[in-house]
Amino acid sequence: MTLVVLALVIWIAAWGLNRWLAHSGMAQARILVPVIFGVTVLVMWELIVRGLGISAVLLPTPTLIAQTFGQNLGLLWVDFQQTFLKGALGGYVIGCAAAFLAALAVDQNDFLKRGLLPVGNFLAAMPIVGTAPILVMWFGFDWHSKAAVVVLMVFFPVLVNTVAGLSDTTSMQRDLMRTYASGYWSTLIRLRLPAAMPFIFNGLKIATTLAMIGAIVAEFFGSPVVGMGFRISTSVGQLALDMVWAEIVVAALAGSAFYGAVALIERRVTFWHPSQRK
Amino acid sequence: MKRILPVLTVVATILAVWYIACVPMNVRETLTNAERSGAVLTPETQRERAEVGRLALVFTNTGHLGQSWSVDRARLPAPHQILTELYASTIDEELNGRRGIVRSGTLSNRSLIYHGLQTVTATLVGFVLGSGFGVLLAVGIVYSRTMDMSVMPWAIVSQTIPILALAPMIIVVLNSVGLTGLMPKSIISAYLSFFPVVVGMVKGLRSPDAMQTDLLRTYNASGSQGFWKLRLPSSMPYLFASLKVGIAASLVGAIVGELPVQRGGLGARMLGGSYYGQTEQIWAALFVAAFLAAGLVAIVGWIERRTLSRMGLA
Repeated sequence: MTLVVLALVIWIAAWGLNRWLAHSGMAQARILVPVIFGVTVLVMWELIVRGLGISAVLLPTPTLIAQTFGQNLGLLWVDFQQTFLKGALGGYVIGCAAAFLAALAVDQNDFLKRGLLPVGNFLAAMPIVGTAPILVMWFGFDWHSKAAVVVLMVFFPVLVNTVAGLSDTTSMQRDLMRTYASGYWSTLIRLRLPAAMPFIFNGLKIATTLAMIGAIVAEFFGSPVVGMGFRISTSVGQLALDMVWAEIVVAALAGSAFYGAVALIERRVTFWHPSQRK
Repeated sequence: MKRILPVLTVVATILAVWYIACVPMNVRETLTNAERSGAVLTPETQRERAEVGRLALVFTNTGHLGQSWSVDRARLPAPHQILTELYASTIDEELNGRRGIVRSGTLSNRSLIYHGLQTVTATLVGFVLGSGFGVLLAVGIVYSRTMDMSVMPWAIVSQTIPILALAPMIIVVLNSVGLTGLMPKSIISAYLSFFPVVVGMVKGLRSPDAMQTDLLRTYNASGSQGFWKLRLPSSMPYLFASLKVGIAASLVGAIVGELPVQRGGLGARMLGGSYYGQTEQIWAALFVAAFLAAGLVAIVGWIERRTLSRMGLA
């Protein structure tokens, strides 16, 4: 019980500290406050689980998760390779490239644009993870079927965003390009693609999370004996929840790093856009 | 009319491609059936055919492909097969089935109406919980600087994490503490719709600019008047945009939440279909899920249009 009281005391102390930091106007507070908050939540989790004697089968403590993580680095790495590097990343690259090319084609034809965009929006709202059992049947248990699910999941958000981006130039700008005697390709490369980049990156960023979800959930429908989704579903079956949490930590790190990498490229490419200026 | 014609063309093209794709996709099963009924095929035995590509089989056996669109357990069922399965597992099952609503008084547990309803209830309960808490947290974030700086970065980071991976664990843990049935699925739905609503609503509540808040101050408006008359109304477009994302995510959450515990729902139908190779069953469940998603988003969109036009915003 003392541990639970201690947890509450720490909570109040950390909240007070954050309150003071948030109102102090210090430059470092932007980073310090969320870090303190995160660490406090972890400490409270540890103390409350120990204090109330909650079994590790229900909720393992952060230290136990960290221990499992450290002991199974090899296994986690193999799972990461299978699910992220092969399934998610492979599908992401194929899906985004296909969506980009499709958007260029759709953009040329107004009839196609009016027809394909409503259908694309409909399909984008669909629970596409549901196609996983079918694709597993078609492409087998290995990472190819996961990549196929990811392709379907990322295709429509990227397509819709790219088409929206390509029509983002004003007629003034396009007229100017015409007075420079620039043709379709030259206008595309010099004017319309750069102008579309903020939209395209918006789609690419949404797609990073979708790719991770697709690759992991598709493994719930059948996979070889390796992979993050496989490990999660079998470890849940064995009530080895520390392992499940370790995989979730990997998924969280990979997801944030993936998103961060795309956001970093965005900053380099669209440095001129108002949202990127400091 | 300007939109219907192109959309119909695209849909017709998709259907045409689908029917054509059925031929090579189902060629092995079709030819095996044709062989059983006495046809002589070009590579004669099934074993020899296994080593030839699907497209090659199509071109060498053009005369025996009549059943491509009616094979049982096809790798790619034709659209009309899926529609037949949809009819059989909804209307037909309820009206004429032994366990249907007409004969037994309750919905049949083999019908997609029963499973769809289970999924929809879990989705709606979770969506209401998740978006309700999301709005509350957003109000807290907007009014408390401490909360803003501590929670908001984590809410944004959580959007980049595949939280759906937590679903099987939540289901099993809640089951082992005695919570079964609707609630565990709803909780997954709730946390999937929670974060989009928080992020959207914070943006919305902050959307009034300094001019507008200054105007309220010159009117001597209190803090709560500022909230009810300025911040809340101007957050509505943002709220509805994130509600549409949230309800689609809720549905996915409910479906994935049905995978670990096979007690009904569209997710259970899909996994069951993939275990037993019942492709039509998977496709039918997928179609129902797609229509549900479209319907739910459409309902939110309808409420959005009604609300915004009443408020004079759209």
